[in-house]
Amino acid sequence: MTSTNTSRPGVAEAPASGGLDRPRTRVVPPLLVHLLAALVALAAVVALTLLTDPFTNLRIATVGYYLVAVAGLALLTGFNGQVSLGHGAFMFIGAYTVALLVLHVPAFPLWADLLLAAVTSGVAGLLAGAAAARLHGPYLAGATLALAVGLPAVTQRFPELLEGSNGLSFTVNSTPDALVGVVPPTRWQAWVVWVAVLLALVVLANLARGRLGRTLRAVRDDEVAASLAGVHVGRTKVLAFLVSAVCGGLAGGLQAFLLGTAAPGSFTPALSLSLLAALVLGGLGSLWGALWGALALVYFQVWTEDFSDLLHLPTNVADNLPLALYGVVLVVVILLFPHGVQGGLHHLRLRLLASRSPRRGVTDRVTDADDPRSEGEA
Amino acid sequence: MPLRDRHAETSPTNAHFSSAVEMRPMTSDSSDTLLAVRGVTVRFGGLVALHDVELTIRPRTVVGVIGPNGAGKTTLFNVVCGFVRPDSGTLHWRGQRLRRHRPHQLAKLGISRTMQALGLFAGLTVLENVMTGANRHAGSGTVAALLGTAGSARDERDLRERALAVLEELDVADVRDALPGSLPYGVQKRVALARALVAEPDLLLLDEPASGLSSAEMDELVGRLRWLRESTTVVLVEHHMDLVMRVCDEIVVLNFGEVIATGTPERVRADPLVLDAYLGNAADGEERAGA
Repeated sequence: MTSTNTSRPGVAEAPASGGLDRPRTRVVPPLLVHLLAALVALAAVVALTLLTDPFTNLRIATVGYYLVAVAGLALLTGFNGQVSLGHGAFMFIGAYTVALLVLHVPAFPLWADLLLAAVTSGVAGLLAGAAAARLHGPYLAGATLALAVGLPAVTQRFPELLEGSNGLSFTVNSTPDALVGVVPPTRWQAWVVWVAVLLALVVLANLARGRLGRTLRAVRDDEVAASLAGVHVGRTKVLAFLVSAVCGGLAGGLQAFLLGTAAPGSFTPALSLSLLAALVLGGLGSLWGALWGALALVYFQVWTEDFSDLLHLPTNVADNLPLALYGVVLVVVILLFPHGVQGGLHHLRLRLLASRSPRRGVTDRVTDADDPRSEGEA
Repeated sequence: MPLRDRHAETSPTNAHFSSAVEMRPMTSDSSDTLLAVRGVTVRFGGLVALHDVELTIRPRTVVGVIGPNGAGKTTLFNVVCGFVRPDSGTLHWRGQRLRRHRPHQLAKLGISRTMQALGLFAGLTVLENVMTGANRHAGSGTVAALLGTAGSARDERDLRERALAVLEELDVADVRDALPGSLPYGVQKRVALARALVAEPDLLLLDEPASGLSSAEMDELVGRLRWLRESTTVVLVEHHMDLVMRVCDEIVVLNFGEVIATGTPERVRADPLVLDAYLGNAADGEERAGA
């Protein structure tokens, strides 16, 4: 192997920037940075739950698990360019894994249940990814959609184990004895959910902001050029599916933990589609987009319901209003900001910077994904 | 179909000129050979894209592969890169036979390639594009990257420095944060070259490095190729005869998938077969049109 030490004209003698001989300054591991950011975010979430009622606590927790699901999808679809219309299937797997473990292996602690939910879903993702690596565009979308449509039907096939369409119900007493009566159960649940979510986001941020994230995007943009750069294209695509499925499984597990049920009705193809819609709304290119998407998923529903209550709309209108409004908002946002909410925010920030110092025109071309703030929630 | 016909027409001529191929000094000494292509034949259905092609690349040389359109130049590159599996024949890299090698293994072997269509990553900045090409130098693995260890951060910084050094060398460091799509074609070509160079390859394959360049840019390219030759080996596929004659130590002429001449620019320029291949085509066409 030739290394930089051989006298390679230019590369080795390039001033200051090229040398391995330059004294090494210490680098801060991304893990540390992201963990600190996660701690700050956790403190913010805890503060928020302390200020709000149990009902809102539940919503905050819901935002949490949607966030991890959409962030996983952001990696797969936004970074790697593989469109999945079936991410609800991985949530389904995670939810049923947690439900079955709680019911049949009560000795397992909650964290082990969640970990196993993520692992099980990851294995499913590995299989799906191996198949997906050979499919492109609409074929991949079709195959993943089939997964989302087909998998919940498994509950009908094994009614004794999975209880058919009624689903599994269970109770998890996760609150430590010392905190029973001190912390309301929903608040504790919200904390548990967000600790798991932020830990997952730390890993996602490590991935997205480093070499792997760049490799994922390179494969998305040009597979031939990526392979010539030494990237194993197939393996990279499977990795994206694996990580994304792990996130989906974790999200499903957290949902089951939060609701105390796992039923096929929660994992319709509509869920998969709305996850993707949320990602597009929030912005494909960054993990921040997943946060806006998750917030939109939860709060559009809430706000439109409040709105229709306010107007005393008949139930048949009120029931469909959230979906209709969501669609309208999605269309408007995409028309205004083709790169989603995060893209719009990024653009605004660049505008502000440009108006302050007109010299920095070049940064206008920077991708959203390169946005230094895309370290995300983590 | 017409291609096959023409191939049939030219085969006899090639047969009696095959002495030209054998005249070439056969460097069987593997220590002096970086890449050896031996008897490679590629067929696409009925079309013979490459027929019994021999190629010997010695270290620290610039080799030009020329030939009329459809002569098999790019197919030859694709065989070396593992995109096309030859029907027969062998490839030897530093004396080791390459069996069923795949494109993504090239970087590790020390072979880089630029493409005619550039293939820059549209969603990555110039710097990120070049950093992707430097992956070969990264020591830490996937798990380290997922965990965000200090090692992976050091790797990342190292890749960044290498990429910046190459960008500076090619005078495109000022656009490092731009997306490739926003840059002029000549600059994009340099970015693509930077992405190939940052891997510090022992063999650099350039597919039409001069296409679409202005004459000033072409002069720059000539200087750059000469500079590259001091540290690496370059094989280029090119249409610009002027460029090829100026920079190449050795030229390989392909016509209808066969090597019809090999040698120094002077020798190739004087070779009647080469003149025939380049100038005779028109006559061929007229003949057929008349027939």
